Amino acid sequence: MSDLKEELKSKIISVLNLEDVTTADIADADPLFGDGLGLDSIDALELIVLLDKDYGIKLTDPKQGKAIFESINTMAEYITANRTK
Amino acid sequence: MAKVAVTGMGIISSIGKTIEETFHSLVTETHGISKTDFLDTKLKDSRLFGEIKLSNDQLAEVLGLPADHPYPRTALLGCYALREAVKNAGITDLNSCREGFINATSVGGMDTTEQYWTSYKESTEHLRFVMNHESGNITNIIADFIGLKGFTTTISTACSSAANAIMLGARMIEAGQVDRIFVGGTDALSKFTVNGFNTLMILTDGYNQPFDQNRKGLNLGEAAAYLVLESDALVKKHYRKVLAYITGFGNANDAYHQTASSETGEGNFLAMSKALEEAQISPEAIDYINAHGTATPNNDLSEGRSVLRVFSNNPPEISSTKPFTGHTLAAAGGIEAVFSILALQNQVIFPNLNFVTPMEDVAIRPETTLKKKDMKHVLSNSFGFGGNCSSLIISKAE
Amino acid sequence: MKKVFINGLSAIGAQPVFEGFAPEKFVLNNEETAFCPVQPSYKEMIAPGAIRRMAKGVKMGIYTAHHALKEANNPVPDAIIVGTGIGCIEDSEKFLNAIIDNQEEFLTPTSFIQSTHNTVAGQIALEMGCKAYNFTYVNGIVSLETSIQDALLQLQFENKKSILVGGVDETAPTTVHIYKKVDRIKEYRDDEDFMHPTSKGTVYSEGAAFFVLETEKKENSYAELTAVYSSNALSKEAVEQFLEQHQLSFSDIDVLFTGNDGSTQNESAYLAFEAYFPESIRAMSKHLSGHYHTASGFALWSACHILKNQEIPAVYRRNQLQKSKLGTILIYNYDQGNHGLILLKAC
Repeated sequence: MSDLKEELKSKIISVLNLEDVTTADIADADPLFGDGLGLDSIDALELIVLLDKDYGIKLTDPKQGKAIFESINTMAEYITANRTK
Repeated sequence: MAKVAVTGMGIISSIGKTIEETFHSLVTETHGISKTDFLDTKLKDSRLFGEIKLSNDQLAEVLGLPADHPYPRTALLGCYALREAVKNAGITDLNSCREGFINATSVGGMDTTEQYWTSYKESTEHLRFVMNHESGNITNIIADFIGLKGFTTTISTACSSAANAIMLGARMIEAGQVDRIFVGGTDALSKFTVNGFNTLMILTDGYNQPFDQNRKGLNLGEAAAYLVLESDALVKKHYRKVLAYITGFGNANDAYHQTASSETGEGNFLAMSKALEEAQISPEAIDYINAHGTATPNNDLSEGRSVLRVFSNNPPEISSTKPFTGHTLAAAGGIEAVFSILALQNQVIFPNLNFVTPMEDVAIRPETTLKKKDMKHVLSNSFGFGGNCSSLIISKAE
Repeated sequence: MKKVFINGLSAIGAQPVFEGFAPEKFVLNNEETAFCPVQPSYKEMIAPGAIRRMAKGVKMGIYTAHHALKEANNPVPDAIIVGTGIGCIEDSEKFLNAIIDNQEEFLTPTSFIQSTHNTVAGQIALEMGCKAYNFTYVNGIVSLETSIQDALLQLQFENKKSILVGGVDETAPTTVHIYKKVDRIKEYRDDEDFMHPTSKGTVYSEGAAFFVLETEKKENSYAELTAVYSSNALSKEAVEQFLEQHQLSFSDIDVLFTGNDGSTQNESAYLAFEAYFPESIRAMSKHLSGHYHTASGFALWSACHILKNQEIPAVYRRNQLQKSKLGTILIYNYDQGNHGLILLKAC
């Protein structure tokens, strides 16, 4: 699980082009949206594609993303439980 | 107060290739949403579109173009609709006055660019289409097709483009800069746009349901429509029949998000308010709202809220005609201006198809069946990405 | 008719122009077929959260819009109007390539959003929180001209006071490759100068220029922006009429600024136009800026400085005529059927 979390952090940084952020800057429980990393609704759509492309998880309703992308912890848990690749 | 005469209109969309066919579809509740026959996309199995059932070859034939023409579908649709508008207005003296053409398109010739992109890179076979990717060249193709010499320009403000073209034309007539101007927009379906909207997760997998609690997004469509606007002097000189008047227009930016509308629809509110101010009428004078009503969760919520705010919680009859045509993007403001004029000419409100369950958050109840009403003023909304919000007020010819 | 003044401006282009007007720093390049812009550091003025997704056209637009407004003492504009020939073409290419390479799978929205033509005007409004009139014109070589025309309409007829208007265009690798195949951009260039083009195709580049147009004349006003004209046809009579409307004749134009783009294709149109003005100083700027649809912004930016300084640097000149006073400048551009004129007066 901790490998997955590290993997997610570097993927998020690269996919969302977070130039000045390093994996060490993102704590597992930090909120990704709003006050935390400051991601927004467009980032959420990018992360939905990331789930599909890298883990074979298809979301059809963008609202589902809200709970899943709360933090690195919630993302890793969801991926572990639902991944098809 | 603005008062610019509309003396002609031409339209092609998935519900008709003429004004008559279009009106017939609207009053008989015949929508044009279907599986695609021509647009070659992976999404064809899961999404429905407002596709015009004429191939590019068929369109070229109707337009009398040679088989090796260099025109994208966007230009073909535009040529078709503008020719109809010129015919409808009975214009036989083109270039006899200060004239212009204001066109609108969202992605220009993307429909051919995406088809031949690989070929452009690797071969020389389809290079004749390359330069007609540019939106400005689409406009000049259409102007050349009808033989118009004069001021031409192209507006691209996403889903509000054609409404802005109509607005600019009306303003130029008001300022005495032109005597006659053709205004509207054209957009063909393209894989680029369809996939773009799909990445935003705002395409429904069924039929779009504006203002419904369970709406799931939009159907994309294609269309072209143009109005002929003429100065009072020209109307009097030629005893022109006036179909309607453009009496109000407003443009504002929501300045909230790159693609979404603010929860309160501030930009929408400003656009509608400015249009009312320009027309010098109070909200109660509006008899019908042809809503933007795309059926995305976000648009209908913010449009609904802003309508309630402008009309002090007591809006007139409202409907979105997008269930008929799909969202035709840069052409939407043009076809919906035509629908608004048809509504005024025939004193009928077209139904908001597919509406079942009222929204919980906003008290908007669209008309669901054809309704007769004495109407003087129609408000037509067009709101787009980039925060672009535009409203037009179209008024009955006396 | 109300007069309109240019009270703030800023440009980014193939010369170090974002720092101000310093023609002595301009470098002539007779070798390359595409010029790269000299860009400022955007990080100092755009927040990292916002900048990470911005197309380069958006960054150039936001930067120059910001600086033009700053120079005009930061008015709240009554309108934001942007012209662009092909928009943020780099992101258009990215999204198109992704569609084709991945067979319409795993597509993400960012490049699609950045590709829409109105994204520059929209993001300027978003950055500024400006809810005013917001328009984008996409009309080839006259995209900026029609944007200015709209601004003049509002300032002269619709009681508006202050308008932000600008032009921006990008290059992108595949577009350059394809434009070379259709002779839009030169395949090779070997010491071929813009004054004497010998081959088809322009020398391509990218850039942005923004201007604050206002009805009030201020101490730091650059010039009076008298009129703009654009059409898909242009005769000598039409030019004459246009000048007459502003009480001018051909011989009143002190400096004729033409958009000669280094290609033999458009050269005859420019030569024909120049012939109307035998008594004018002739100038050009695309040998400095390269050609792009809104390169007339670079010319307008240059013309403003020339009028303000009352001096025309040698690097712009096409002839050696001298004038005791530089009162009027006419900028002419032509491409793909579109003709555009911008008329400026010293103030």
